[in-house]
Amino acid sequence: MNGVTPTPLTEASVPRFARGTRLQYDRVRETWFIQAPERAFQADAVAAEILQLVDGTRALGTIIDQLSEKFSAPRDIIARDVLALAQDLSARQVLVSP
Amino acid sequence: MTALPPPPMSLLAELTHRCPLQCPYCSNPLKLDPRGQELDTQEWLRVLDEAAEMGVLQVHFSGGEPMARPDLPDLVRHAAKKGLYSNLITSGVLITPESLHKLAEAGLDHIQLSFQDAQAETADRIAHMAGSHAKKLEAARLIAAEGLPLTLNFVIHRQNAERVPAMLDLAERLGARRVEIAHTQYYGWGLLNRDALLPDRAQLEATEKAVEQARTRLAGRMSIDFVTPDYYAEQPKPCMGGWGQRFINISPAGRVLPCHAAESIPGVVFPTVREASLADIWNTAPLFTMFRGTDWMPEPCKSCAFKEDDWGGCRCQALALAGRADATDPVCHRAPDHTVIERTITARPQTPPPFQYRRFGNA
Ligand code: SF4
Ligand code: SF4
Repeated sequence: MNGVTPTPLTEASVPRFARGTRLQYDRVRETWFIQAPERAFQADAVAAEILQLVDGTRALGTIIDQLSEKFSAPRDIIARDVLALAQDLSARQVLVSP
Repeated sequence: MTALPPPPMSLLAELTHRCPLQCPYCSNPLKLDPRGQELDTQEWLRVLDEAAEMGVLQVHFSGGEPMARPDLPDLVRHAAKKGLYSNLITSGVLITPESLHKLAEAGLDHIQLSFQDAQAETADRIAHMAGSHAKKLEAARLIAAEGLPLTLNFVIHRQNAERVPAMLDLAERLGARRVEIAHTQYYGWGLLNRDALLPDRAQLEATEKAVEQARTRLAGRMSIDFVTPDYYAEQPKPCMGGWGQRFINISPAGRVLPCHAAESIPGVVFPTVREASLADIWNTAPLFTMFRGTDWMPEPCKSCAFKEDDWGGCRCQALALAGRADATDPVCHRAPDHTVIERTITARPQTPPPFQYRRFGNA
């Protein structure tokens, strides 16, 4: 995406899917997709794990805790992935954090 | 076992060719399907079932004016039930608080609202409908109030190109999340009205610049899609993302097509949902297999490095301009028929001729 991103996200941010976007499992292709206006784009395995926890009530910090526990992975590495994805999808108007 | 092609991502459901507007660049075919031939509600419900089953993820309800169909909320509700993302492509002139609310309640995901211009007088002349622009402004206000995500679509040509900056301002004022600045494509009605629509290169460049500036100004708030007129491009567009690869299009009368202009292709049977399943048609109908992939390609496409980027361009444009659907799209600089494009640009009249409006029996 071009240029400026909205307010930087932190672990305290509580994102949700913007109206008109959602995460959806595609049984035929056996992958996750982000449904958005005009197109559906594929979510890779990491993105799908993160986005399944985005529900408008969990803070990013909570999502990071849950994933690092689930995958027994170092928290700082998970945190980097989660924040980067959330930032990118916010700039693309897929996620909003009120 | 022969491998089946990957299923389509999107279904373009052209519910009707009826429309209160008469845009001279309408993408509908010159021969419009009359109301009496339209698929009925049950047939569309079955089509939506089959589409979801085969792996379609998004359905675009379009037309004509899809809101001319009273069963639209039922179709939207059914699509939502099947997990299909639903998008309504509308002129907006039939939107009322009640009709819009019904659609929102049925689970509509997104609306794409088309505008003819940024100002009423010229917009109404292009649409050939008095008061249409004012109705669209009201529709946009209602959509924003309902909280539905909105994309504004502007079709650009020589008679409105100078107002692209005003169009972008209008989109921002109306609270659109996305805007499409789409230069006219010259098939069907657009081809018929080409001299009245085709911009010159200076006009094209001005629109590119306006879009670039707005993208910087509005980054993160509104995204802008720009569709260039391919007559001025080096290379054709990957029409529909490749023939029979991403999109499946159904006409009001139920013909299943790789793109909305495909009914111009001669010498092939047009399959219909009344006679076969969507999956069978997609996988095996000659209309879909004939130009799928790269096997059908002539030179220079066959040995070209871009053949899987643009898939040789648009088959319908090749047919209209080179006389053969299996020719390289003449807009390509490498195409043997490219001189047709150069001649068209050179022969473009200084003063645009009157529009030949899109309506039943007017072509
Ligand atoms: S392009 Fe114009 S005439 Fe054609 S369907 Fe859309 S609003 Fe109607
Ligand atoms: S020669 Fe064919 S494949 Fe190559 S750029 Fe032109 S149209 Fe595309």
